[in-house]
Amino acid sequence: MQKRLVLDEGQIAITLRRFCHQLIENHDDFENTVLLGLQPRGTLLVDKIVSLLQEISGVKVPSGYLDATFHRDDFRRRDLPLKANETKIDFLVEGKKVIVVDDVLYKGRSVRAAMDAMIAFGRPQKVELMVLVDRKLTRDYPIRPDYYGIRINTLESQYVIVEWKEQGHEKDAIWITEKDKN
Amino acid sequence: MSQLSTKHLLGIKNITESDVQLILETAANFKEVINRPIKKVPSLRDITIANVFFENSTRTKLSFELAEKRLSADVVNFSSSNSSVKKGETLVDTVNNILSMKVDMVVMRHSSPGAPHFLSRNVKANIVNAGDGTHEHPTQALLDSFSIKEKLGDVAGKKVAIIGDILHSRVALSNIFCLQKLGAEVMVCGPITLLPKYVESLGVKVELDVRKALQWCDVANVLRIQLERQQIKYFPSLREYSLYYGINRKMLEELDKEIVIMHPGPINRGVELSSDVADSEHAIILEQVQNGVAVRMAVLYLLAGARN
Repeated sequence: MQKRLVLDEGQIAITLRRFCHQLIENHDDFENTVLLGLQPRGTLLVDKIVSLLQEISGVKVPSGYLDATFHRDDFRRRDLPLKANETKIDFLVEGKKVIVVDDVLYKGRSVRAAMDAMIAFGRPQKVELMVLVDRKLTRDYPIRPDYYGIRINTLESQYVIVEWKEQGHEKDAIWITEKDKN
Repeated sequence: MSQLSTKHLLGIKNITESDVQLILETAANFKEVINRPIKKVPSLRDITIANVFFENSTRTKLSFELAEKRLSADVVNFSSSNSSVKKGETLVDTVNNILSMKVDMVVMRHSSPGAPHFLSRNVKANIVNAGDGTHEHPTQALLDSFSIKEKLGDVAGKKVAIIGDILHSRVALSNIFCLQKLGAEVMVCGPITLLPKYVESLGVKVELDVRKALQWCDVANVLRIQLERQQIKYFPSLREYSLYYGINRKMLEELDKEIVIMHPGPINRGVELSSDVADSEHAIILEQVQNGVAVRMAVLYLLAGARN
């Protein structure tokens, strides 16, 4: 299988650090800000951002995991139903500035479902979107990120894979691969 | 695996262990949903579900209806007491008439064992058995296992005693299948007249002394005496049953361990359970009711997803 490296470990580390500085610029002391990682792949990223923010600014920003499986618009339309994951939010988002965090932005449908799911926890004051990879030209919905690590052109026939050491990979890395023809 | 192996939930006997595990895992997600400030998700918004009840029910019907509404399904209710069944319509005709109004799923309770199985072969819709006579009550067994798992961390390796009227209980049969699939040890306990003749062949222990059963088990699932299903006398009087098989606080205090008390409802207070047990910290009866909604949401969600 053909695999092309998009970001290596060093570049990812720089990107995460940049994210934190951008957040500090926009959210000052994070008094009214919360971070929500999208299940399943945004959760590790949100944890990394939270601990890095604490390291840089000394503030522990409240964070949670949001699962949007039951709000998806492709239920009964895809071959196999998606398995639900844990939603873990021990605060209300009512009146808060929410930063939704995910690894890859592709069609925008997960983000739409996530915003739908988030409303169950209150009416946020503002919602921002942070993604590591913004796949350009593949969007189905008018959704764009406020913060992105890298913006790349991809085809529908390609996957973007984000690998983390915490998940047993040798190094942190982001790859583009071709989908299996079978 | 994120899909059930079946289109219908007719009983626990004919589904696999991984089906049961998938339902319990999905139910845990829905339990979180029903404890949110906004308890509704849009998953089933293009699905219509008919609740067809040929037999009385309060809890199960309410629980299913709530589960359906929390999933945003459209719901129609039917009960036989005020329907054309009284005018001589057959079961298949009744249900087909309902289905011709574009209903996708049918939740059915019927007094005849096997009625949902019969229906599943004759109509195009997902069928969920909400209790068929003395046969099975799968969602009750699933919610009981879910409640045990929630309380004790796991079902595997636990000892569960089902106490009371086993002969007339669909809850008992579904529970035996479900608990065994999940790796629990099961004992049934009751007066000899209320135990099915060949119950040992299901691989369960049989005990006639309720004190010994309580001493053996981690969880006691106490069942109601189903007087409405008893055409003959199976024991001399309710008072005598209560004397020998009723569970009270003193009996629990005599045990050298703490056990969990469950009851599928409705409780006959003072018969199978005394009030000081039913309302005690040992009992998880109200948790069972709450878990019932989450488990039924999981079943409906997974069956709807399995359609295509």
